[in-house]
Order: sequence, then C-alpha cells, then structure tokens
Amino acid sequence: MDFAQAFWVLLLGSLLGLELIGKVPPTLHTPLMSGANAVSGITMLAALTLIITAKNNLPLLIIGSISLGFALFNVVGGFVVTDRMLAMFNRKPSKKLK
Amino acid sequence: MDVSLIQSFINLIAVLLLALGIKGLSKVRSAKEANRLAAFAMFLSIIGLLTYYLGKPGEGITQQSWLWIIIGTLVGSLFGAILAKRVPMTSMPETVALFNGCGGMSSLLVAIGVIFFQRNETFIQDISILISIFVGSITFSGSIIAMAKLQGWLSTPSWTQSKIRHLINISIAIISLVAFLNLIQSVNTSTIWLLVISSTVLGIGVTLPIGGADMPVVISLLNSYSGIAAAAAGFVVGSQLLIVAGAMVGAAGLILTQVMCKGMNRSLVSVLFGGTLSSQSKKLDSGGEYTNITSCSAEECALTLEAANKVIIVPGYGLAVAQAQHTLREVAKILEQNDIDVSYAIHPVAGRMPGHMNVLLAEADVPYEQLKEMDNINPDFPATDVVLVLGANDVVNPQAKSDQNSPLYGMPVLDVQEARTVFVIKRGMSAGYSGIKNDLFDLPNTSMVFGDAKQVLSEIMTELKELGVGAK
Repeated sequence: MDFAQAFWVLLLGSLLGLELIGKVPPTLHTPLMSGANAVSGITMLAALTLIITAKNNLPLLIIGSISLGFALFNVVGGFVVTDRMLAMFNRKPSKKLK
Repeated sequence: MDVSLIQSFINLIAVLLLALGIKGLSKVRSAKEANRLAAFAMFLSIIGLLTYYLGKPGEGITQQSWLWIIIGTLVGSLFGAILAKRVPMTSMPETVALFNGCGGMSSLLVAIGVIFFQRNETFIQDISILISIFVGSITFSGSIIAMAKLQGWLSTPSWTQSKIRHLINISIAIISLVAFLNLIQSVNTSTIWLLVISSTVLGIGVTLPIGGADMPVVISLLNSYSGIAAAAAGFVVGSQLLIVAGAMVGAAGLILTQVMCKGMNRSLVSVLFGGTLSSQSKKLDSGGEYTNITSCSAEECALTLEAANKVIIVPGYGLAVAQAQHTLREVAKILEQNDIDVSYAIHPVAGRMPGHMNVLLAEADVPYEQLKEMDNINPDFPATDVVLVLGANDVVNPQAKSDQNSPLYGMPVLDVQEARTVFVIKRGMSAGYSGIKNDLFDLPNTSMVFGDAKQVLSEIMTELKELGVGAK
C-alpha cells in the first residue's frame, strides 16, 4: 500500500464519517457514541497483525497480546453495552401491543 | 484465487457493513440491528485477516502466535463482556470512557511494539507511529481521568482553575512536540519514552480542569481521538480497513461532540480551555440573593398533583444521581390511573450525556411516546397545571431567555415558568453546575420541595395513595 493510496482511503473514510450521522435524534446520542466507540476498537486488527508477524519474538508477542486484549475489551464491551441500552427502547412497542 | 484478493473482498464487505451499522445507529427503528451488524462486521474483519495470513504462501501463523492470540482474545473479551453486562445504566458515561481509554491504549501498544521491533524505517511509518503514540497516550490518560471524575473518585483540584494550568499544559505540549520532531530525525529509546510520558501527562493536564458536567463532551472528543489513533495504527501496519474505520469514527465523533456543545450552548474551545463554568461566572456578577423562595412539603405537592389535569415532569442530572427513575415511574403510573395526562420534557443535555436520560427512563419502563423533546413540549407549558422539576437546574433557568448579561443567555431552555404551578424538588439551594442563580426559584408560582429526589418522590407516592388517587 503506497502512501497516496492510503491517504485517499483516509480522506474518503473521514468524509464518509462526516456524512453518516448528519441527523441523530438526541435519544440516540449516547448509544451512538458507545457504538462508534466499539468500532474504534478496530485497532484489534493491528494488534493481531503484530502477533502474527512477530514470529518468535517474545516481547513483541506479549505486547501484541496485551494490545489485543485492550482492543477486544473495548470492542466486546462496547457492543454489549450498546445492545443493553438499545434493548430498552425496543421493549416499548411490544408492551404497547398488549 | 489469490488470498489477498479474498481478504480485500471481505474487507470491502466489512467496511460497507460498518458504515451501514453506524448509519443505522442514528435511527431509533434500526439501531439495535445496526449495532449487531457493526459487531458482525468487526468479526468478519478478523476472519478476513486470519484468512489472509493462513492462506498466503510462506506466511502462516505459528503455534506460538495462536497461543498469544487466544490469551489476548479470551481475557479482553471476557472482561469486556462481564463489565458491560454488570454495570448499572446510570454509570454508562464512565463505562464508555473506560472502554474508550482501552482502545487508545491498544493503538499506543501497537505503535510501541512496531517502533521497537518491526520498524521498516520509512518516513510515513515513522510519522504514523509517532502520531499513534501521541494520540493514543492522550486518549488513554484523558479517558481514565474522565472516568475517575464521573465516578467521583477525583474532584477538580482548585489550582487547575487558575491560569497557571495553561502555562503547565503549554510547556508539556512543547516537550511533546520537541520529542516528536526529534524522533522524526532519529529514533532512540529514551526520546520515545519521553514522548509517551509527556503526552500521557498532557492528557491528564487537559482533562483534569474540566468540570464534571462538561465531561460528556470530553468523552465524545476522546472517542474521536481513539478513532484517529486507530487510523494512525492503520498506517503503521498498512491496513486500509483500519484507516477507513478509524477515520469514520474520528469524523463521526467530532460531529457528535459538536452536537453536544450546541445543546449546552458551550463552544468546544470554552469547554477545553475555559475551566468549569462556575469559576468563570464568579467574576461576572450574575448572582444576587434569592428574595422570594417558597418551600412546601411533599404533602402539599401531592395535593396539587391530585387536582391537576396535565402534569409535565422535567428530569435532570439530580434524578440520575438519586437513581429515582423507578420511583418516578411509580408516581406517574398512579397519576395516570387518575386520568391525569403525564409527559416528560427531555432537554437535549438532560442527564449526563445527550440521550442518557432517555435510556434511564426507558430502563424504568416509561413509555417512549411520553418522552417529549424540548421543541415539541415548550408550547405545551402554558396549558399545564403542574410541572415537576426533578434535579434539573440550568435547563429550566428563564435567565437564558430574559437576561442578556447572563452567561447562560442563548442556551435553549424549557419554559417551565409558563405553567400554572412549578415544583422544584432539590436537595438544597445550591446552584446548578453553571453556578448561576436560577430566577425560576424566585417566581411566585414556584415552590421548592427540599430533599433527595427519591425520598421526596416516595413521600409523594404515599400521600397520593392516602388521598385515594389511583386506587380505583
């Protein structure tokens, strides 16, 4: 991957992010923030790459593993917590039907 | 077929699903599915990466690598899931802050690992590593401080409110910058640690002076930073998917930060550099004493409620702190049984984060349709008999509309003073987080009910039951 290409990807990703959440009802700000926060744990891929390419370098393996742990803490925790918040909204319509 | 082609294809799908996920999270109807979609996309991206390394000739994944992958995965996911399942809904903001800090830490560790062991000595990689270290450290230390302050483990030290802190922070920023520039020219171990330490201290120094109620804005900003750190890590290991996803979160976080600032009528600059609002307003002579406070008991409040036709409840931060949302729902149920129209006025920044109040009330089974946004409910106040203000303060201050000299002037507020009777349930006469006198309390149609929100509400409930309300 050369630099120009990577830079294009960065630019397009940023523009996409700016466009994606133009209008959000205030109700969803906290869940959205929490969900976006979980996505930022995508750095787990970098940690995985580090471990895989470390071969037999023990310090690097350990650093990568800790990094992977932190990232997955963010990802798994983030999605579960967002799911919990959103479950509360979804419960409403079904109750109303009763 | 070439494995890198397969990986590219999987990554493409993952990016698409992530974008759809974030987009779907901004609509109530699709939010839950969207969150799961995003989670699935993340899982897919891992599969893509593993496929690539397993399938690529001459690469493969050693047994030792597998071992460390499994350890990291198990420990991280397990702790994350347990914490996320157990944490009470009222502590949501600090939980998000903690998760966010760990994301920053992860990017920081990747950068450190690569700079010490895997540097390919290209200019671009070096720069990305340094950015990842800088932003990752700030995200980590800032988020941890934010969490500690929201949990009440840390208060705002008074020295941080003086001008000296700017001097200190600027000096630390300069040290970071010098270390950064030095490292671009030549990498050496001690300078790397200098950069790590100085940016960590900078994260603490910038976050510590910020008042507790401004924290959500800071968390949202730090969330944006962790996206930037992830994108930088993407440059470090050469992953397009990381760059896209990181940039997306970074940009989306900025938008959300802006929305929050708007709701509080604060500019990002004043949140970051202004210190707490109360220290600013001390200089302004905004105060004056209260002259016409009427206080009453829970019993009187219950009597007035019983006679009402239309009641609007204004929940605020104090309600969340007292964890009174369930008791509130009980009171509302009793009133509804007596054919009293009950609705909730939700200010955009009610609670501790935008939308946090909605989550808390939803947890207490408050019907979604009863939650009204500020612009929709403001015209209803003149036709309302009783307004119950529960632990809200600045968001119901009429000064924001009437007094041009008030620091609050221009902030959107709920026009509760238009209602026939207003009850403010509050622990004491202390000011809201802005530190400004609330003109509402002085109005003739306002009565104060002093006490803890939860306790007052249960007293009201007892009184209502004794009056026979809701018994039929």
